[in-house]
Amino acid sequence: MSIGRRDFLKASAIATTATAFAPGINLIELAAARNPEQAATAIHRWGLLIDVNKCVKGCTACVDACFIENGINEKGSPTTDAQWIRKVTTKDKATGHEQIFPVMCQHCEHPPCVDVCPTGASFKRKDGIVLVDKHICIGCRYCMMACPYKARSFVHQTLTGQNHNAPRGKGTVESCTLCVHKIDRGDGITACADACAGENHKAIIFGDLKDPRSEISRQLKAQASSQIRADFNLNTGVRYRGLS
Amino acid sequence: MKAVHYSVIQGKSFGYILLLGIFGAITAFGFGAALYMEHNGHIVTGMNNQIVWGLPHVFAVFLIVAASGALNVASMASVFGRALYKPLARLSGLLAIALLAGGLAVLLLDLGRPDRLIIAMTYYNFKSIFALNIILYSGFFLLVGIYLWMMFERRMNPFTKVAGFFAFIWRLILTTGTGSIFGFLVARQAYDAAIMAPLFIIMSFAFGLAIFLLVLISSYAWTHREIGDAVVERLRKLLGIFVASVLYFVLVYHLTNLYVTEHHGIERFILLDGGIYTEIFWMGQILIGGLIPLLLCLTPLGRSRPMVLLAAVLVILGGLAQVYVIIIGGQAFPLELFPGKGVSSSFFDGQITFYQPSIPEMFLGFSGIGITLLITTFAIKVLPFLPNSLANKDVDPHFTDQSKGDSGPSAEAATA
Repeated sequence: MSIGRRDFLKASAIATTATAFAPGINLIELAAARNPEQAATAIHRWGLLIDVNKCVKGCTACVDACFIENGINEKGSPTTDAQWIRKVTTKDKATGHEQIFPVMCQHCEHPPCVDVCPTGASFKRKDGIVLVDKHICIGCRYCMMACPYKARSFVHQTLTGQNHNAPRGKGTVESCTLCVHKIDRGDGITACADACAGENHKAIIFGDLKDPRSEISRQLKAQASSQIRADFNLNTGVRYRGLS
Repeated sequence: MKAVHYSVIQGKSFGYILLLGIFGAITAFGFGAALYMEHNGHIVTGMNNQIVWGLPHVFAVFLIVAASGALNVASMASVFGRALYKPLARLSGLLAIALLAGGLAVLLLDLGRPDRLIIAMTYYNFKSIFALNIILYSGFFLLVGIYLWMMFERRMNPFTKVAGFFAFIWRLILTTGTGSIFGFLVARQAYDAAIMAPLFIIMSFAFGLAIFLLVLISSYAWTHREIGDAVVERLRKLLGIFVASVLYFVLVYHLTNLYVTEHHGIERFILLDGGIYTEIFWMGQILIGGLIPLLLCLTPLGRSRPMVLLAAVLVILGGLAQVYVIIIGGQAFPLELFPGKGVSSSFFDGQITFYQPSIPEMFLGFSGIGITLLITTFAIKVLPFLPNSLANKDVDPHFTDQSKGDSGPSAEAATA
C-alpha cells in the first residue's frame, strides 16, 4: 500500500496533535501520589469521619493497625507508653447511655499545639495534617499541655524496632500523623480506616474534606456530624457521626 | 543618708568553703540527675503522658518567678527613689540574675532534648508565649547586667535610674509572660485565666523578697556585718503586704471559678477532695505560706530576727506549695473532652492522675536552688555587692527602734 503526500501530512498532523495533548488527558484516574519534591498543597484537606454507631465494643483493630504501621511497640508502662489512637468509652452522667469510639489527633485547622510550640516543631501542613518535626522538637511538652484532646505522647524511653515510615525519637513529642507517609505515596487510606474496613465495620472513613465528590464529603453533607469540643472553634479535621 | 561603702567578703573561712561545697554538691547532683534522665529517658521520672510537667517545673517556675521579684528591692531604690533600699540594690540585682539562672538551668535540663538548646535559641515561633519568654529571659539577664554595671561603675551612676526603670518594666513583662504560660492554655480547667499573669507578678513580689531577706540576713550574720532593724523591719512589713496580696489574688481566682459552674469540678478537686493537692493547698499554700507568715510579718510576734527568718522560709515553702498546686494539681485533674459525660480509656481519660516525683527529679529541682546560691556566694566574694554596714545609724539616722522597751501603741508613740 502506498501513501500519498497529503495522507502522510494528515497523519503526521494528527500524531503531533495527539502527542501534544495526550499527557493532559487522563483516560484512567491514577492514584494521586505526590512527587516527593512537591509540597503539600491546600487543594486538599485530609480528614476522618468516625461513625460512633458502627464502632464495635471490644474491637481494637484500628489501634492495633496504627501501632503496627507506625512502629509503636512500647509495652509495660501504661502511663508513659505512647498512644496515638485510643478507644474511649463515654457514659452520659444523667442517662447512663454508653458510647465507644476511637480518639486521635483531631488535626485542627487552628491547632493549639502549633500556637504554643516555641520552636515551630509542631506545625500544620497545607493539606491540614498536624505533625511534629522531630528534628526541631526540644521536648518541652508545652503542646501536650495545650492540646484539648490529650492526643499527644512524649517518648519516655529508648526506642527499638522503629518503622522507617514513621521515625520517632526519644525525648520528643509525637501524635497521629494521619498516616502521612501513606497519603504521600498515594495509598488513599490510613492504617486505622483500612483495618476498620477490613473488619467490615467501616466506622472510619478517610478522605479529602475539600473534594465534594469524595465519600467523606458526601457523607458529611448527607448526615449530621459533630466535633469533639466544638466550642473551642478549632475546626477539626476529624469528625464524628452519632456522638450524642 | 551617709555614703554607702561596699566590700567583698573575705571568703577564706572554713564556713565559706563549706557553703560553696554544699551548694556545689547540690548542683552536681542535679547535673548528674539530668544526665541520668537524658540517658534513660523520662521514664525514670514520675512524669508521664498525663502529668507532663513535674517537680523540676515546680522549682524552675518558682525560681524564675522569684527572680523577677528579687529585683524589686533595687527597683524601689532606683525607680521609686526610696533611699533606704539603695544600699540593697546591688544584692537585689545579683539575686535576680542568680535565681533566673537557677530556674532556667532546671527548665533546660528537664527538656526531652536539652542538647537542642541551640534550636531553642534559633528557631522561634512568635505566637508561642514560651518562645517570647526565651527572649524575655535573655533580655532580663542583659538589662539587669547593665543595671548592675551602672550601679557599680561610679562614672555610670547617673544612669542607674534609667537602667533601673527599664529593668523594672522588663521584669513586669517577664512575669506576665511566665504567668501567661498557664493563662493561655484554653483547654485546661485550672488554667485559661487572665488573672494568672497578675497573680504571678504578686507571687514574684512575695517569693523574691522572702529569698532576698533570707540571703541578706544570713550573709550579714555569717560575715559579722551589722544589719539593723531599720532595714529588716521595713522588709518584714513589706513581705507581709505581699503575702496578703497573694492571698487576695488566690481568693479572687477561686471565687471566680466557684461562680462558674463549668469550673466546679476543678474547684472541688483543689479545695475539697483532691487528696494530696487539697492538703498541699490548705496546709502548704494557705496556712504555712500565707496565714502564719502574715501573722509573723504584720504583728509584733515576728519582730525578732529568728522569726523574720522563719517568716521568709515559710513564704518560700508556701510558694513552692502554691506552684506545685498550680502545675501538678492543674494537670492531675482530667481534661474535659466530653462535658457532662463520664469518660474512660486506656490512656487515663477522665481519671485523676497519680504523680510521685522520683529521686532524680528532686535532685534536678533542688539543683536550681544550688546554682542560685552558688552564684550568689561566689559573686559576693569577687565583687562588692554587700554594704559594709546596714546598721540603723548608717541607713536611716532617724530610725527609732520600736522593739526596745515595751511594745505597744503607747511605747511606740513615746519613742516616735
